[in-house]
Amino acid sequence: MENTKLPPTSPTSPTTGFSVPNAEKIDGFPRRSMRRARQRRSHSSSQFRYQSSQVELTPLPLLKDAAAGELHELFVQKLQQCCVLFDFLDCVADLKGKEIKRAALNELVETMATSRGILIEPVYPEAIKMISVNIFRTLPPSENAEYDPEEDEPTLEAAWPHLQLVYEFFLRFVECPDFQPSVAKRYLDQRFVLQLLELFDTEDPREREYLKTILHRVYGKMLGLRAYIRKQINNIFLKFIYESEHFNGVAELLEILGSIINGFALPLKAEHKQFLVRVLIPLHKARTLSIFHAQLAYCVVQFMEKDATVTEYIIEGLLRFWPKTCTQKEVMLLGELEEILDVMEPTQFQRVQEKLFKQIALSISSPHFQVAERALYFWNNEYILSLIEENCQVILPLVFATLYRVSKEHWNQMIVSLIYNVLKTFMEMNSTLFDDLTSSYKLEKQKEQRRERERQELWRRLEQESDRRLQLMQEASLNRKNLQEHHTHAHSHTLTHTPHDPSTTNAS
Amino acid sequence: MAGADGDDSLYPIAVLIDELRNEDVQLRLNSIKKLSTIALALGVERTRTELLPFLTDTIYDEDEVLLALAEQLGNFTMLVGGPEYVHCLLPPLESLATVEETVVRDKAVESLRKISQEHSPVDLEVHFEPLVKRLASGDWFTSRTSACGLFSVCYPRVSSTVKAEIRQHFRTLCSDDTPMVRRAAASKLGEFAKVLELEYVKSDIISLFTALASDEQDSVRLLAVEACVSIATLLPQEDLEALVMPTLRQAAEDKSWRVRYMVADKFSELQTAVGPEITKNDLVPAFQNLLKDCEAEVRAAAANKVKEFCENLPEDGRETIIMTHLLPCVKELVTDTNQHVKSALASVIMGLSTILGKDNTVEHLLPLFLAQLKDECPEVRLNIISNLDCVNEVIGIRQLSQSLLPAIVELAEDAKWRVRLAIIEYMPLLAGQLGVEFFDEKLNSLCMAWLVDHVYAIREAATTNLKKLVEKFGPEWAQNTIVPKVLGMAHDPNYLHRMTTLFCVNSLSEVCGQDITTKHMLPVVLKMAVDQVANVRFNVAKCLQKIGPVLDSNSLQTEVKPVLEKLATDQDMDVKYFALEAISVLVLA
Repeated sequence: MENTKLPPTSPTSPTTGFSVPNAEKIDGFPRRSMRRARQRRSHSSSQFRYQSSQVELTPLPLLKDAAAGELHELFVQKLQQCCVLFDFLDCVADLKGKEIKRAALNELVETMATSRGILIEPVYPEAIKMISVNIFRTLPPSENAEYDPEEDEPTLEAAWPHLQLVYEFFLRFVECPDFQPSVAKRYLDQRFVLQLLELFDTEDPREREYLKTILHRVYGKMLGLRAYIRKQINNIFLKFIYESEHFNGVAELLEILGSIINGFALPLKAEHKQFLVRVLIPLHKARTLSIFHAQLAYCVVQFMEKDATVTEYIIEGLLRFWPKTCTQKEVMLLGELEEILDVMEPTQFQRVQEKLFKQIALSISSPHFQVAERALYFWNNEYILSLIEENCQVILPLVFATLYRVSKEHWNQMIVSLIYNVLKTFMEMNSTLFDDLTSSYKLEKQKEQRRERERQELWRRLEQESDRRLQLMQEASLNRKNLQEHHTHAHSHTLTHTPHDPSTTNAS
Repeated sequence: MAGADGDDSLYPIAVLIDELRNEDVQLRLNSIKKLSTIALALGVERTRTELLPFLTDTIYDEDEVLLALAEQLGNFTMLVGGPEYVHCLLPPLESLATVEETVVRDKAVESLRKISQEHSPVDLEVHFEPLVKRLASGDWFTSRTSACGLFSVCYPRVSSTVKAEIRQHFRTLCSDDTPMVRRAAASKLGEFAKVLELEYVKSDIISLFTALASDEQDSVRLLAVEACVSIATLLPQEDLEALVMPTLRQAAEDKSWRVRYMVADKFSELQTAVGPEITKNDLVPAFQNLLKDCEAEVRAAAANKVKEFCENLPEDGRETIIMTHLLPCVKELVTDTNQHVKSALASVIMGLSTILGKDNTVEHLLPLFLAQLKDECPEVRLNIISNLDCVNEVIGIRQLSQSLLPAIVELAEDAKWRVRLAIIEYMPLLAGQLGVEFFDEKLNSLCMAWLVDHVYAIREAATTNLKKLVEKFGPEWAQNTIVPKVLGMAHDPNYLHRMTTLFCVNSLSEVCGQDITTKHMLPVVLKMAVDQVANVRFNVAKCLQKIGPVLDSNSLQTEVKPVLEKLATDQDMDVKYFALEAISVLVLA
């Protein structure tokens, strides 16, 4: 036995990164802890595929020592030098080269930030080229196929020591007072922006943070690209919602949009309303809503504050995508609803109050106490309370039956006492209506039961009728067939009566 | 109500519509799911004139309701009066094909495709094709996306003028502004190519294919790879080089790993589609590159295809190609840094032995198998072990058994019970191939050790394993080797082990037969009826119920019955329950 070789392969060795697909087929419980252990160490990068032959770098003179006449030339040389890429997965490869590039990048950042007049026209293409070569790459596959941004550690970009400086340079470049959009637009074009947006999918949060700031600056300075940027963000979101359900940078993009919405001109363009209704609202459907909900809710509220007439679209949209089974999401949506109500105009409130309070009543009757509690907290909000009070005649009948029933049935004492408070508030608001509803509660209940019985009766009759018709149809087709046979064959068949076979009924 | 006047057919549509509009989504959903009942009750004419217009007008509901509706309408032809009237279903389905939610839209398209077949050629041109055109030129991307799936179903059955229009529409969608539509078009490109006349495949499809395969978004490019398979199948061999290969070569070296992954994933299909000559000249080097790709994902996908690719190589020169071009890459993959790559390879590598024959296997493959059997990743080892049958046919398993044994032992004692469980499942297979002698000598003790594993799932699997082994080696072997050991555990101080005895008896009695069960197992089981642990006692009752059918009626009456009757008066209620159940199942009362 090769005992000497056993230790490294020993299965008890804690370093064995072991994912268990084979065994998972057997019992289906993924082992998160184990996946995560592997996750922590992961770095990845797809950057270095096409650079098999490495160029040897030689340090250039320092920028600060350059004569005024030679500064630009040297600056461009450094930019070109920084187009060489290094393999960071192999952390000991070409350390000298890596250090030269790092120093050069540092100098470039420094000079871009401090020297006025450095950004002259010939620098633009070289700067954009250097940035493109370094940051644009196909993002590597996630180390973890079921990467869950909330649970798992992200895969970090291995080349970050250089990449960070490149991003820093990019940021200084667009923020530079000498930056001229009219010159930049020749190089910073649609193709460039599209690639920039694709990078938002990176798992590395540090990279997304830079991208966010940079894209925001680009949006601010490059007026000609604005519409294009918005359109491409829409496409990313639509793909995320309806196709892949996977994109790491949703929160960052929403954050940018939040301030973009703030700047929309009034009245809102059709394009912007469409963005609200067809993109922002459906984003609430996403399984991973919790990761970007704060930013999303902010955008929605921004829209409301811009133009109150979108209120109805928003409320209808939210109710349409109201979570049916995920209580965590329901709590988030209730929170968002409160933010929305906080800025809602009373006239708009009246247009949506019925739909809205039907849902709120449903949430109050949720067996999950956090959902019920979140909904009941609305009554602690003074502005909302004032809206409710003004429209008590409409709202109280909508929620009364639920409050009454839940106050008797809910398992959680805290919910019960919250409901008593709400009932008390209503009683103080309009005691006559309250008394009317209390006395008619039983009657309403009976009416409801009667309606239910009638429904069942209706369906029973419908099914009978459809069975009967189905049978008729079958007999008719059989008769037709028999008749045909009668014509083709010399002798006649007796018509056989087909017994009705319930299994062929569509309805059954 | 309508029934009162004796005519059940006069249901007021309003009542039914109320049902379809019920405030409660669940009730609404139920009603929609029974839409056919409503339609039947209304009869074909009122379904056409009243129900369908209502459905068309009120399509704004929860996606789940819409999904149910889209599905229902695909089966509605008879309910509106047969193929003659099937076009009545188009307006509601058209609206459904434009909604945002993908599942609804896809279902609507599916239903439209289905009912397109029920249209007469005239109706297809008068009603169906205009709908496709409307969708194809819709404002919002959803309708255009849906249109992509409808071209191929109407194309074959319309006149040549309309055909030209359809081709034009498809062309337009392939260069649509939104990537969503281009993706939809790319994914239907192969399907559409299949219904086109060859001249148009060459003139139209190829240029679209080339354009989509070099789209700016990799999500579009990778779909073109799928289409490549269908397109290559349609074209005559002599056109492939000029029309398809440049694009395919480019895809195999795409800068996005997703596209390269797709090529690797579709490699066998591509190989069949382009034929042996191109495979030899082009695909072999491409495959080498994919096996050496810098992205593990791509290497794993390619590794998965190694066996299939080799199998489908033209027979003349196959061995040379494998030995000189592919095997070196395969060798490198054995020591890949990524475990998924190694385990993908391990799941197919054994298949190469049949292709390469005995000598090559012994000389070149065997060292690789042995290396993988010692891999640090248990999955790799398991994959090798689970495919042993391929090698067995070519060189016999003996060549491997010396290395196999340590690998099995190690997996059998792996700290992770899932790994142990996996290896147990291969035991019967291994036993069959290694033969009874080798098994008794080397593996029997492992199988017995699993019976006292501290994880229940392992003990359970070990019990099932014993049954399968007896099926292979016969009752006599069982009696000599495993039955004594199993029964010995009946006296174990640990009650869990005593219960294992009972579980083993449960699964072994049938395969061991009446004789062994009555003579050897039954006495032990009966003695355990006085065990001090209630769980053991009620498992005795369950066990007796289970083995009852194997026993003869004499032992049932004289031995089993008294014991069960005694257990039926046990102070523990579970014991009582199972004893009574056994008595009634065995009809001993």
